[in-house]
Amino acid sequence: MSSFTPFSSIAETRRLLRSKELSPVELIESLEQRIAAIDPKIGAYIERDVETAKKEAASADLTKPLGGIPIGIKDAISVAGQPLQSASRILDGYNAPYDATAVARLRASGAVPFGRLNMDEFAMGSSTENSAFQLTRNPWDTGRIPGGSSGGSAAAVASGTALATLGSDTGGSIRQPAALCGCVGLKPTYGRVSRYGLIAFASSLDQIGPLTSTVEDSALLMNALAGRDPHDSTSLELPDEDFTAEIGKDLKGLRIGVPKEYFVDGMEPGVRSAVDAAIKQIESLGAEPVEISLPHTEYAVAVYYIIATAEASANLARFDGVRYGRRSNEAKDLASLYAKTRAEGFGREVKRRIILGTYVLSSGYYDAYYLRAQKVRTLIRRDFDQAFTKVDAIISPTSPETAFRFGEKTDDPLKMYLADIFTIATNLAGICGLSLPCGFSNRDGVDLPVGLQLLGRPFGESRLLRIGHAYEQATEWHKRRPLL
Amino acid sequence: MSTEYVATIGLEVHAQLKTKSKMFCGCKVEYGAEPNTHTCPTCLGLPGALPVMNGEALRLTARAGLMLGCNIPEVCKFDRKNYYYPDMPKNYQISQYDQPLCLGGGVPLHDTAYPKDAQKSIATPGKVIRLTRIHLEEDVAKSFHLESTSGIDFNRAGTPLMEIVSEADIASPEEAFAYLTALRQILVYGEISDADMEKGQMRCDVNVSVRPVGQKEYGTKIELKNLNTVSGVRRALAFEIERQIELVSKGVKLDQETRRWDDDRGETTLMRIKESAHDYRYFPDPDLLPVRTAKILEAAKDGMPELPQAKRERFVTQYEVSPYDAAVLADDKALADYFEEAAKGSTKPKSVANWIINDLLSALSAASLDLSECPIKASYIGELTTLIEGGTISGRQGKEVFAEMMTSAKAPAVIVEEKGLKQVSDTGALETFCDEVITANPNSVADYKSGKEAALNFLKGQVMKLSKGKANPAVVGEILAKKLA
Repeated sequence: MSSFTPFSSIAETRRLLRSKELSPVELIESLEQRIAAIDPKIGAYIERDVETAKKEAASADLTKPLGGIPIGIKDAISVAGQPLQSASRILDGYNAPYDATAVARLRASGAVPFGRLNMDEFAMGSSTENSAFQLTRNPWDTGRIPGGSSGGSAAAVASGTALATLGSDTGGSIRQPAALCGCVGLKPTYGRVSRYGLIAFASSLDQIGPLTSTVEDSALLMNALAGRDPHDSTSLELPDEDFTAEIGKDLKGLRIGVPKEYFVDGMEPGVRSAVDAAIKQIESLGAEPVEISLPHTEYAVAVYYIIATAEASANLARFDGVRYGRRSNEAKDLASLYAKTRAEGFGREVKRRIILGTYVLSSGYYDAYYLRAQKVRTLIRRDFDQAFTKVDAIISPTSPETAFRFGEKTDDPLKMYLADIFTIATNLAGICGLSLPCGFSNRDGVDLPVGLQLLGRPFGESRLLRIGHAYEQATEWHKRRPLL
Repeated sequence: MSTEYVATIGLEVHAQLKTKSKMFCGCKVEYGAEPNTHTCPTCLGLPGALPVMNGEALRLTARAGLMLGCNIPEVCKFDRKNYYYPDMPKNYQISQYDQPLCLGGGVPLHDTAYPKDAQKSIATPGKVIRLTRIHLEEDVAKSFHLESTSGIDFNRAGTPLMEIVSEADIASPEEAFAYLTALRQILVYGEISDADMEKGQMRCDVNVSVRPVGQKEYGTKIELKNLNTVSGVRRALAFEIERQIELVSKGVKLDQETRRWDDDRGETTLMRIKESAHDYRYFPDPDLLPVRTAKILEAAKDGMPELPQAKRERFVTQYEVSPYDAAVLADDKALADYFEEAAKGSTKPKSVANWIINDLLSALSAASLDLSECPIKASYIGELTTLIEGGTISGRQGKEVFAEMMTSAKAPAVIVEEKGLKQVSDTGALETFCDEVITANPNSVADYKSGKEAALNFLKGQVMKLSKGKANPAVVGEILAKKLA
């Protein structure tokens, strides 16, 4: 039996499948072997339905762009017939009766959804420590967090137990774990990928996107995922786009903005030096770095935690034990059914954000918090609009630091919230962002991956992928593997 | 009602729209279907499901707005209204808060909209009840309670509801009745809603307070629920106003409360005392983009039906019917359509109106038939009046033909033929009869010639008898007068 090579790209694996050197069923089997061997140390997967995946692989259409390619799915995205919990106890026993549009589109491209990936409960967190199920470990140092909330999706790709995965990004939940685990993560422009079937955290910020080992793979997945969905009013009608089209083009004449607000004191020195070097590298490839300003950056975290929690407080109201999921056995009447089910079913961070969101929407506080936050959100969006009149992309670190240790920030929510300081504004502005490996920072004698963030104007993913690919081809970072 | 107090009444009416599918998903709207057969991830509030707007619901609501003279702002939006309730799948309701589809407008109360027994004593004829707004929202599911458990039927969850909020302009139970009747008429005319309260297609919450005449501040507002018929609203208000006045006049301070109307016992009973105002934490629904109304408005204007008021006025000018008859006919769109169809084939539309109002409506009600089940084709009424006007049959024969049409549904001409009812107007034949009668009744002839006009009627009756009732009495009268001149 042939088997797949861990860490191989979709492009390489597709070649093996098409030349019949490897069958799609063998691919699932050997991937499962790899997972069984490696994942107990990592904990990226919550669950896998190998039999269903093999059955689907057996009938995969190899002529399709992702024919026979297994894709791991974050536990927030519905796969018909599979359990779906957003890593929360409140959804104990819930099986999704329908495919998320993103999953349906992957299937339509020939891919096979395989495996539920761990995450922070309801995507609330930056370390995956808020999962109700298990810890996920960083493949580069298992004493450290993988980032979050899509920690399972990033750790699986980084540990060679998935070719590619889907994550979701509300304030950095794809890019930050991709950076901390050393893989490629893309948050598409708001409206690019349908949210139908993604368990909502904050509806005006959520976007599904790919985590992959190469930039080209990210483009291949975007070809499948992007497109208007009649089930999602916020998805936009755009002409069909081949996201690989700009890949391979050089960077001559591109202007890359370097926002001064994103290069501040207090950043981990190894991160700073890796990103500085990456900017030089991109300059040497023909692009011109330009200093820019995004003056409202400092308000992004505050605005985010008002808008995201407000939306979440309503989005999570449906989990009440009446129709599906967990129901408390202790309930005596309707009010206690709600209260006890939610008290037992939600974790601390989720409760904290529901309370915060309920508060900011309450009468008497609405104007001061929610309305004001929306106004500042507009200012943040304008910062980017103005910047993009001068530059083709914006460059920054994805995260101010590399992977931190378990428990390091769990006692201080504010510290945890600041882990997303460079990624949050992207979601508030609705623009697209890519994170890719740009070096390592040595902490306590261990080399930990550093992520480079590229931000693009709305629907400018192809441009970001072009820059990312050119940089990736010129460097070796993406070829380094963790020792497992 | 006591004369020392005035009542202030405001109505919130929820009307189900006549759409094929639900407000935010493609599920069919069908009442009385097996429970939970018209559901999907969206209307069940499953994780990950999203709402998508029903354009037809927007169009119908905009049409209601146009017909009621509302202002339709350029942009409207949808908000989340947050509260927990087992028959609300998401524990928030998608509704419209500060930017509804329609603002302002009004409902004119015409005389025949009032209860029949109150039409003679309308306090302020031509009154218009102002509207605050009309907005669109989704309905909730329906829960029902079994012996030891409760069930929820989600077929109704997510069906489109239009909420029409009136200003507190209504001053009496009769005006409330007229308001609901006139509003319903407009909704039916626009094919916006069937608006039948008894079928739950139109539901209504009432707010009512009383205060002494001359007092500026409103009295304590009391909300009434469980009002299932238009006449029930009138009865409930009459009871409640009396109850409030009785208490207030004794110096009792009323609590803000919600009371339930019991139609069988004819009284309102306390449901709950209103505590602090509910905080629904409205905010714009991020799943739905704000709606630009220009295109919806255009679609709503296309094929706009005539308003009931315009129809009443047109009937008066076009068919020369009395304003009262015009109102009776136009109050029911189906009846108005029937009348117009009947009038098409008639030389005298006014008598068509008379036949419909005097004969048809009572015949239908005697047979407990709805207009839609009426055995007589509209055009037959027109033909019947033409037969009478043209002298083919007499008015009395007309009644006979009408009765026959009700039972056999045959065309009037056929009935006249079969029964041999044709009136004889042929002067040749009638002259023979007249000569015969003149010869046989010399005394009456002498009486007439001496100036006793009544004698002519006697002679006319003799001719009719001789003709077995088929003679045209008008023609007979002429011939006799000529012969005896």
